[in-house]
Amino acid sequence: MPKSWFLRIGLVIGLLFLYLPIFLLIVLSFNDNRSISVWSEFSFRWYGELFRDDQLLSAAWLSVRVAFISATCAVVLGTMAGLMLARFGAFKGRALFSGMVSAPLVMPEVILGLSLLLLFVSMEQLFGWPEGRGVLTIVLAHITFTMSFVTVVVQSRLVSMDASLEEAAMDLGARPAKVFFVITLPLIAPAIVSGWLLAFTLSLDDLVVASFVSGPGSTTLPQIVFSSVRLGLSPKVNALATIVVTIVAIGIICAGIYNARQEKARRRDEQMAQQGA
Amino acid sequence: MAETVQSEMRHTGFLGLLQRVGLSGRALVMLLPYGWLLLFFLIPFLIVLKIALAESQMAIPPFTPLIETVEELKYQITVTFYNFHYMLTDDLYVVAYLNSLKIAFISTICCLLVGYPVAYAIAKADPKWRAPLLMLIILPFWTSFLIRVYAWIGILSNNGVLNNVLIWLGIIDQPLQILYTPVATYIGITYSYLPFMILPLYSTLEKLDNTLLEAAADLGCPPWKAFLSITLPLSIPGMIAGSMLVFIPAMGEFVIPELLGGPDTLMIGRTLWTEFFNNRDWPLASAVAVALLLFLVVPIMIFQNVQSRQGEQQ
Repeated sequence: MPKSWFLRIGLVIGLLFLYLPIFLLIVLSFNDNRSISVWSEFSFRWYGELFRDDQLLSAAWLSVRVAFISATCAVVLGTMAGLMLARFGAFKGRALFSGMVSAPLVMPEVILGLSLLLLFVSMEQLFGWPEGRGVLTIVLAHITFTMSFVTVVVQSRLVSMDASLEEAAMDLGARPAKVFFVITLPLIAPAIVSGWLLAFTLSLDDLVVASFVSGPGSTTLPQIVFSSVRLGLSPKVNALATIVVTIVAIGIICAGIYNARQEKARRRDEQMAQQGA
Repeated sequence: MAETVQSEMRHTGFLGLLQRVGLSGRALVMLLPYGWLLLFFLIPFLIVLKIALAESQMAIPPFTPLIETVEELKYQITVTFYNFHYMLTDDLYVVAYLNSLKIAFISTICCLLVGYPVAYAIAKADPKWRAPLLMLIILPFWTSFLIRVYAWIGILSNNGVLNNVLIWLGIIDQPLQILYTPVATYIGITYSYLPFMILPLYSTLEKLDNTLLEAAADLGCPPWKAFLSITLPLSIPGMIAGSMLVFIPAMGEFVIPELLGGPDTLMIGRTLWTEFFNNRDWPLASAVAVALLLFLVVPIMIFQNVQSRQGEQQ
């Protein structure tokens, strides 16, 4: 903890600001009463209603599938892009490329959604593909904006990593593809995993882009949630929020423990190496 | 060095064939992401620009084509600036732009005011506390954005938690109308984008050279003065990066003003959404998007500048 009381108070206020709303949703999800100002009794009523809502469940399943495919493709493309920016030095059109990679990080979603929809409509007019709007167009759109996030994660890992191992392998005559799969890939694996998780979360969470590029038969979970909370409070959404927060918290805690263990093992190895030398 | 080794190698078979036409493995790796971004990121903007110059019509798709075939080998290009003219003359759009600018600006300042002490506190904390604290900052970002915005409805509404607490404390007699006002939008944006402010600020503050502050203290400089003349100026890059990460998306924000802002909180993202989904005026929506992009070109350039400089520093 920092020593100055001013900073301590600032930190506590900041954390309370971040966590009180989430905490409130969790508490409310167990309230039997529909109103937020009246606590009637503890119940799992809204969880029951949540799991009986077929429309919501099928949208959730669709969102998970879309997020899985998008994140997987985005990781492949993003890793390649990260490799280009971190290891390929100066290549033709590098400025344009790095601009195209970092722009989606901040680009307002309404612009991304509209421009992708207009692209899909124009492509359908010209080539007849993609036919209509649906899961395919959502996946294509999600790959596009999530790959930037993967690129940034992979690139920063590659830049902070020592290139000497790769160079040594090259000097010993390994082909670039082999160097990548045998040396680079295992070293950047943690970045790839966190890039995948980030892309998955962003895709699962996206409302605006999906609203533009989805068709009548493909409604994602955020679209359902949005249409129900637009009219005010909806206790089922509280229950959904609690489930999401629980999953995320478990995931992050596991990742944290795993990282801490790795760090410890690395330090032990370093110590042993120093003692040996 | 790696490049020289690579160019010395000569492959046979298929790879050799590719090499002879000037396609190395490197070029093949580059082709896919480059091509993808060109097709799905750059070309769409050109299409938006094209459609912004078209007219709305009742058809599928609902806009006039750019190039029409009048007769064989005779083509006609129709460009109209009607949408842009309409946008500049109709108060609604001008007000929405100025309002977005104001809301994004105020929210960015709020993020900076709330985020700076947090980032500084984490940077000053014991190293073993830093990772868990950072994790706490990032964790809300992994939960649904939509749900986090929705949580504020329950806090800010007339019979919501905040009003109930204030009445119970005896500070106010009647509930305050906060939900469905611009204030709720400020709170919502500040809350949602706070991690984006804290993280870049933290990474600059963490790298700050402590010996400067120690030297200032040795020379009798009070802590607040050392902060103002050393820490604050040195953390400007982080402040700029964080501000851009908040300001640019906030300018085009749709969900937060829609859920928390009420009908009077006009923002340009919302206007675009209404034109597109409710009025089905694709050309006007495109023109709004083009105008928004023009607004954001300068901040985006600043952001990319900071981003690439940070990439080199690492």
